[in-house]
Amino acid sequence: MDWIDFATPKTVSEAVELLASKGDRARLLAGGTDLLVQLRGGRRSVDLVVDAKQIPELNELSYSAQNGLVIGAAVPCYRIYADNAIATAYPGLMDAATLIGGIQIQGRATLGGNLCNAAPSGDSIPPIIALGGVAHIAGSNGSRQVAAEDFCTGPGRNVLQDGEMLVSINFPTPVAHSGASYLRFIPRNEMDIAVAGVGTSVVLDASGQNFVSARISLASVAPTPVFAKDAGESLAGKPVSEATIQEASEKAIAAATPISDMRGTIRQRNHLVGVLTRRTLNIAVERARGG
Amino acid sequence: MPGPTHVQATINGEDVNFLCEPRQSLLEVLRDVLGMTGTKEGCNDGNCGACTVIFDGRIVDSCLVLGVEIQGREVTTIEGLATADGLHPIQQAFLENAALQCGICTPGFIVASKGLLDGEPGADEGRIRHWLAGNLCRCTGYDKIVRAVLDAGEKMK
Repeated sequence: MDWIDFATPKTVSEAVELLASKGDRARLLAGGTDLLVQLRGGRRSVDLVVDAKQIPELNELSYSAQNGLVIGAAVPCYRIYADNAIATAYPGLMDAATLIGGIQIQGRATLGGNLCNAAPSGDSIPPIIALGGVAHIAGSNGSRQVAAEDFCTGPGRNVLQDGEMLVSINFPTPVAHSGASYLRFIPRNEMDIAVAGVGTSVVLDASGQNFVSARISLASVAPTPVFAKDAGESLAGKPVSEATIQEASEKAIAAATPISDMRGTIRQRNHLVGVLTRRTLNIAVERARGG
Repeated sequence: MPGPTHVQATINGEDVNFLCEPRQSLLEVLRDVLGMTGTKEGCNDGNCGACTVIFDGRIVDSCLVLGVEIQGREVTTIEGLATADGLHPIQQAFLENAALQCGICTPGFIVASKGLLDGEPGADEGRIRHWLAGNLCRCTGYDKIVRAVLDAGEKMK
């Protein structure tokens, strides 16, 4: 790794100014579990690393029924699952926050960093998309909001322009009779990259027998995380049944465009999308029913 | 190119001052700048846990922390566990249970275990195996390590 400068801004505007001054030669550092590995391995080269962790907005972790959930871009996974109110309200996010890396990684890694790193396999991205997460972005030309499903544009690429930074990911308050889930398939028990992953969220009617709406998102089966819009919409207004869930899982497979690589084949990944979609929908339904 | 950065931190309870370059990891600072070679370098990319330290109360891989990031913060390494009275109960349990062979992964396992047992001395086998998933050992097959941690937990209750 060549010489880098290190800055510790205390405000968003100071950080934006630093990032804008160096363009693509500057990078924001949250947990460092991707960035430091990329810099050391020569996969990324920068002149300036800007520490995100001393900026109050990026450390915000708050949840209220009025304002929903705000996860600052520098909040590590462990802070999210250590918060009982958030863990209870957003079990689909907890599924991901508790399985990214090991305990050491969860002590540093952030959901904001996972989203910005834009790996097709990013474990937190499907549940962020399924739960309707919105990226709050600050930049030299002001701030903007981007829906999580529109954030990643390619492997390792996202919508952030030079001089822009992710401030937080914001989620709406879960409505009554809703539930979410994330599952991935890996050949080991822990510490691996998803062969395929599926995040789902559902809203049921008061009887708990019919879908009001659903959102389904997939990992590791395309150049970016996939929002399988049609698969989720196919459930709206339908009864909760094996047949409707089967149909949604087939639509999820149709939304996947996997490749064969060292982790899995196209056929295996398509099969996994079907299995994981059905399983996560069933878990999300149980959670929505208060199970 | 500016010069190295002055960092002041608390390491194993002692006030420490050092100079480092921003690109240096905490692991490099511990081993190469401060001469504290108890923390081991394994994979250097966050997979093996050999370089585990406790950073402000949380276990982290020191290869994935920059040395400059510990400014004003607190770090505990394997050197901070034993006291004048003897080994830490986890160190003692690793010896008594023969929970090591080549020894490279051992400091990381012991520090990671401390991160668990300080708060949860009653952690069961499943909890211990899950907690230690970020630490790799290529010699022991893990069983003796898990038994040592269970044993240490009993003594730390």
